[in-house]
Amino acid sequence: MKIRLDILRTKRGGGSYLQSVVFEYSDPKTTVAAALTEINSSDQYKDTEGKSVDKIKWECSCLQKKCGACAMVIGGKPCLACDSVLSDFGERVRIEPLRKFPVIEDLIVDRSAIFDRLRDMQIWFEQQAQNDETSTDTAYEASRCLQCGCCLEVCPNFCVDENFVGMSAAVPASRLIAQTDKAQAKQLYELYKKRVYEGCAKSLACRNICPAGIDIDGLLVSSNAAAVWKRKKKRG
Amino acid sequence: MNGVVIIGAGLSGLSAAIALAQNNVQSYLVSLQPSERAQSVLAEGGINAALDTMGENDSVQNHFDDTMRGGAYLADPNAVDALTKAAPDTIRWLISLGAAFNVKNSEPVLRNFGGQKKKRTAFAKSSTGKIIMTALIDEARKYEAKGLIKRLPHHQLIRIITENGGCIGARIKDTYTDKLFDLLGQVIICSGGLNGIFPEMTTGTTQNSGNCAAVLFSQGVRFSNLEMIQYHPTTIGISGKRCLITEAARGEGGRLWIMTKEDKPWYFMEEKYPELGNLMPRDVVSREMFFVRRRGDTIGEVYLNMTEIPEQVWKSRLSDLRDEIIKYTGDDPRYTPIAVHEGIHYFMGGIDVDDRHRTSIKGLYAAGECCSQYHGANRLGGNSMLGAVFGGKRAAETVLMSELSEVTMEPFDGDDELAAEPSEQLIRRQRGILLSALGIVRNEEDINKALSALDKLTEIKDLNAVDHARIMLGRGMLMSALERRESRGAHYREDYPEADETMRKKSISYVEDNKLFTQFCDIPERRAANEDQA
Repeated sequence: MKIRLDILRTKRGGGSYLQSVVFEYSDPKTTVAAALTEINSSDQYKDTEGKSVDKIKWECSCLQKKCGACAMVIGGKPCLACDSVLSDFGERVRIEPLRKFPVIEDLIVDRSAIFDRLRDMQIWFEQQAQNDETSTDTAYEASRCLQCGCCLEVCPNFCVDENFVGMSAAVPASRLIAQTDKAQAKQLYELYKKRVYEGCAKSLACRNICPAGIDIDGLLVSSNAAAVWKRKKKRG
Repeated sequence: MNGVVIIGAGLSGLSAAIALAQNNVQSYLVSLQPSERAQSVLAEGGINAALDTMGENDSVQNHFDDTMRGGAYLADPNAVDALTKAAPDTIRWLISLGAAFNVKNSEPVLRNFGGQKKKRTAFAKSSTGKIIMTALIDEARKYEAKGLIKRLPHHQLIRIITENGGCIGARIKDTYTDKLFDLLGQVIICSGGLNGIFPEMTTGTTQNSGNCAAVLFSQGVRFSNLEMIQYHPTTIGISGKRCLITEAARGEGGRLWIMTKEDKPWYFMEEKYPELGNLMPRDVVSREMFFVRRRGDTIGEVYLNMTEIPEQVWKSRLSDLRDEIIKYTGDDPRYTPIAVHEGIHYFMGGIDVDDRHRTSIKGLYAAGECCSQYHGANRLGGNSMLGAVFGGKRAAETVLMSELSEVTMEPFDGDDELAAEPSEQLIRRQRGILLSALGIVRNEEDINKALSALDKLTEIKDLNAVDHARIMLGRGMLMSALERRESRGAHYREDYPEADETMRKKSISYVEDNKLFTQFCDIPERRAANEDQA
């Protein structure tokens, strides 16, 4: 099988260009991550104009969609390169970096904004977490967030410099909301209301985009109930 | 403010940083990628502690005995003693941070794991590592907001800086700008196992290049038990790596079989080891799989039959695992046995540390999989995360006992030969050479051939200092395997198939004046309970 990869490349310090590489593969389960690895480990590859392909810079780590490192835009959709199978794209696919973060080089973007928002939201426990069997279910689901940034990419309300922190901070916040004690809850609810609830216009664009398959809707509903409507936490 | 430099932001690095912050000591947490991308998030099955919540009369002594026996008595008993004693409180601490373990009546549920007769492994379905990491990352963020933890993601260790034989800091590269700078202070290495020496052939991450270990080795840091490589029995090949099927699958009832030529599934582990069956220590299971495949009366691969695991267990304890297997094999393990193969999973060997995590170099400490400590010749399932969380804390406590100073940052404008990128081609050739001699079954002839092949690699033109360091570390692994003329734990020599009690020592490898030395050292005696080493 054969596919043409149109890769948006950016030099360190700026200057972008599209480089196309024809990649041949035999295993139908071959992923974009495997293709990038293979191209980088050989000096045999030439692009469609016959030029050699300098090492394509991208971030990866686990290769089994558990770490979120290799998030990028493939075929117009944000996803993990290790979770994107070439044969799903037919004969040609465009590979670009995530668009909401500053590009460092090629497919590497600086996602520090994601982690800054977690700090803004004060995602930590001041006192011991409260554990019971139901809060544990919510905490488990929320703990699975990869901090990859795919949900932010499709969100019409998230912008790196603005107030709304996006689902990659709202999901971890739901762990806190489920497990926090009363003393911390007040401030947490305030933050949640201002920086999640009031910023989310319920476009639902992030539904079905999470590579970890986190039930974002469910977590939002229970967090809103507790933090905004002050109802007994709906769990599970 | 006094401070410490930590290289690596996985479980052990975070645990060390938090322990330091609790004592108002600042840490610089240096890692190639943020903690969320660390290999620790891949750990699935669980973490051991003799919490005895299942009414089986488990005890710390049992945990100690199983860990020592599983490691074929190569581990330092004082270290294992401290580890197993601290284990129950370690789990309670993680729970206090909100780690979402499976609980019943507010107590952690424990499951069976390999090499242990009692249920001792606390878990969060089959994503235990990810769940614990989230709890520790959030806890570290609290101290980050107070300026007690400085995260330096996208940064790489280039070398440790030494003066008069001691470590006084670390040279770091910002991979976003390629700029070098020095962080001056004591250093804790938490850089993970040697996966990067075997790219694509392990269950680990690609982020781990092996360069950190290679560079430290070339700088004279002593390593031990480099021959001890754990092959996990149940892995599947996926695009670019080996993917683990957690031991919990067997702990919850999964059974291994191979088809005989009479067309009958043979449950060989249950037949050969009636007591622990499929849950024998990993070295034993992997070796048996290797041997049953090689027999004339069997056909094809070994299969893991998980079809008898109850639906409720899949849902409440193994849900992520089921999804993963379906994704990568196309088969639903509830209905179809899955072909499995041994794969490199863990390195018991690494930086040699004492039971307080001090390395051979003053001012340099190591914790987590990068160091050789709790697991001897073979690690028990469920002990790796425990070793990492406890080890990081223990290393921090040892640093706190020393004379501390403020960490200073100084730009470095010169060239550093160890900042070079290793050759991709060399990495792959070396991997092939090492695999040919460091498999599940080893012999002198293969190891000698591999040593000659490595020698030839050094003749390649234009090798840089990191290439040479990687080759030296590879030689260290081969020499340790050659000199250990016995079979023990994960190291099985078909030419010396029995354990030799006179060799119950740890192998030590180090580089001095660009020469490799391999020797054997006695294992410390277990100290009396009231005699803690300062």
